[in-house]
Amino acid sequence: MSATAAAAISAAPTAPVHTISILVRNKPGVLVRIALVFARRGYNIESLVVSTDVADGEFSRMTITCSGDPVTLEQIIKQVTKLIDVVHAFDHTGQAVYETEVGLVKLKCAITERTEILQIAELYSAKVVDYGVDSLIVRIVGAKEKLDVFLDLLRTYQIVELVRSGKVIMTRGLGTT
Amino acid sequence: MASSHAPRPLASVPPSPAKPAPVPAKAQTGAEALIRCLEREGVEYVFGLSGGAAMPIFDALVDSKIKLILVRHEQGATHMADGYARSTGKPGVVLVTSGPGATNTVTGLLTALMDSCPMIVLTGQTISPMLGKDAFQEADVTGITYPVVKHSYLVKNPNDIPRVTREAFHLANSGRPGPVLIDLPKDVTSAPCTAPFVDEVDLPGYRVPGHPDPDALKKAAALIAKSRKPVLYVGQGAVISGAGPAIMKLAEKLQAPIVNTLLGKGACAEDHPLHQGMLGMHGTAYANKTVTDCDMIMAIGARWDDRITGKLSEFCVGATKIHVDIDTAEFNKIVRPDVSIAADAKLAIEDLLPLVDKLDSADWLKQIGDWRKQFPLKYAKRGGLRAQHVLDRLDELGGRDCILTTDVGQHQMWAAQFCLTTKNRHWLSSGGAGTMGYGFPAAIGAQFANPGKKVWCIVGDGGFQMTMCELATAALHKLPVKILIINNAYLGMVRQWQELFFENRLSGVDLEGNPDFVKLAGAYGIKAWRIKRPAEVDRVLKAAMDWNDGPCLVDAEVMKEDNVFPMIAAGAARRDMIIERPKQKMAKPEGST
Repeated sequence: MSATAAAAISAAPTAPVHTISILVRNKPGVLVRIALVFARRGYNIESLVVSTDVADGEFSRMTITCSGDPVTLEQIIKQVTKLIDVVHAFDHTGQAVYETEVGLVKLKCAITERTEILQIAELYSAKVVDYGVDSLIVRIVGAKEKLDVFLDLLRTYQIVELVRSGKVIMTRGLGTT
Repeated sequence: MASSHAPRPLASVPPSPAKPAPVPAKAQTGAEALIRCLEREGVEYVFGLSGGAAMPIFDALVDSKIKLILVRHEQGATHMADGYARSTGKPGVVLVTSGPGATNTVTGLLTALMDSCPMIVLTGQTISPMLGKDAFQEADVTGITYPVVKHSYLVKNPNDIPRVTREAFHLANSGRPGPVLIDLPKDVTSAPCTAPFVDEVDLPGYRVPGHPDPDALKKAAALIAKSRKPVLYVGQGAVISGAGPAIMKLAEKLQAPIVNTLLGKGACAEDHPLHQGMLGMHGTAYANKTVTDCDMIMAIGARWDDRITGKLSEFCVGATKIHVDIDTAEFNKIVRPDVSIAADAKLAIEDLLPLVDKLDSADWLKQIGDWRKQFPLKYAKRGGLRAQHVLDRLDELGGRDCILTTDVGQHQMWAAQFCLTTKNRHWLSSGGAGTMGYGFPAAIGAQFANPGKKVWCIVGDGGFQMTMCELATAALHKLPVKILIINNAYLGMVRQWQELFFENRLSGVDLEGNPDFVKLAGAYGIKAWRIKRPAEVDRVLKAAMDWNDGPCLVDAEVMKEDNVFPMIAAGAARRDMIIERPKQKMAKPEGST
């Protein structure tokens, strides 16, 4: 496993990956405005998660992972912060945060392959959530790197579909995300 | 931003000046509520062009004291609102219909955004049940305009109109000003609005710096104290905040020279001995030499534009850099300053004044004085009529007391060089966007806003033809706007570049087919003169200056192939500035356009 993990990590893109948390007012168009700030500067968004922040629905939370040069990113965060409907935008890269992600994998598999897949799933605390005659859906939860390694292992089988939620994070302690 | 410099909460916004009863007396439509809101904001003029989706709003205007100025093209309305706004500091208001009416405002929105100009653009929209269904004259206007507005709204509920309008005016003219668009579906403006008017805004994501952080200021003062070759680099932010008098005090106290950007003209009087005029691509040689050799440069409401810095890696190498800006996104965007001061320019300089003393800059000022003698702005007095001569005479014959607007190109640069600006908000020019067609409508807007002042618009024959349909607007209102066409029958700036960098292979620059501008003016009943020889310049300019019976036009047929110098080619280093027509072929510029 450790050899595979090392391979997966070294295959990551060379540009540093940043995780940005944005608190926004839940207004129409706010997502487009933020996406345009990235797009105009040719910055690649790798994942984007939007969810409501508190029950009353006035604010939403966005978690964006992206990669590119840090100078451009500094400008992007400033321009995002400048948007009227953005309350704050923080780059949490290198900070103490809890992060997690959900992955769903649909595999086409013969009965003979099932045991192996179930063993790998168990090793990674992944759960089989759909059990068909010739298919399985496996759900895995954890940090991005864990998902990367797990999915790498499953590539020897026939992956039919793959859905990843994208990373969500929260700062540890009482710090603001 | 340091913690001691907590952003001001926006809840403390002062209420708008006019204050009728907080709750409307009778039932009103969304459109009527909108117009009441505009009245409460102190709006005097709406520049617009009607159309189906905006009809309820135009109807509500009939009963208002707000004057509707009907334009001939929506782009003209935006530049008029822009000219109104830049000459007064109050937001200009535009009202247009949906679809093409709204898309015609995009150029004006970009122009206003790039130059931090407060503007409200109201666009009619198809009825809300038809949104996204390709209704007649439907366009996704908020979608099209996202990148060219400070903020925008699509109003879905008539009861949002009072809040949205108040927020829009607050956003347009606070912090770094900019255009705000409100898209108004026809059913929303037709439906009853029962919401009360509001005075305060609740925008938790919007923070405006006010006074500077004292620690940043102390750091700046310490760096300034070390300088022997200082320069103050003044931009549009100083104009907007009215920082000019404070900057003059600072310059005099430090004994530091001032240079300004194209848009910074007028913040500080350009005829002051410490003022070296405009810097940058076509700035004065002495302003550029001052910036090249300085040991400390302090940007005040300026953003290190590529027209200013030239080749960035060679810009002010070794000089200490201080950056004062109300928009914190400008810090580290182009230049990494040694100290950044997030504040209103006027407050920053006023707070800085007690912390600084006179600098030992006598040698530096003498050096600059020598450059002034050695490299003055100049032009040949013989060999035909030159634009510089016309503009130099306009300056001499009272131009400094007038509001000047320009278009974009050679005439703009010559005007910036030869027409000194000595009063704040008396120089209106499209800088960031470089919008041809800006000058004439901007002059109309400025004239409406300043009926007691003389307004000249200096335009090229190319740009003027982009918005000259507004001759009808100016003539109808008998506005005494004075149009000076620097007519070389070329798109002159591009021709200059083709001559210098493309072996004079002229492509797409010859404006053969121009109309006779004097006859054209006549068709609108507008007085016009033509100047062909230097000897005619003074007589015609004086006559135009004294003309008060509506607009007038001067068609100055200048030599066709003159060039603007000094020049630092795009992306070139400051030391490569050329003062006159080069003898040898020049390398193609690497910088942006």
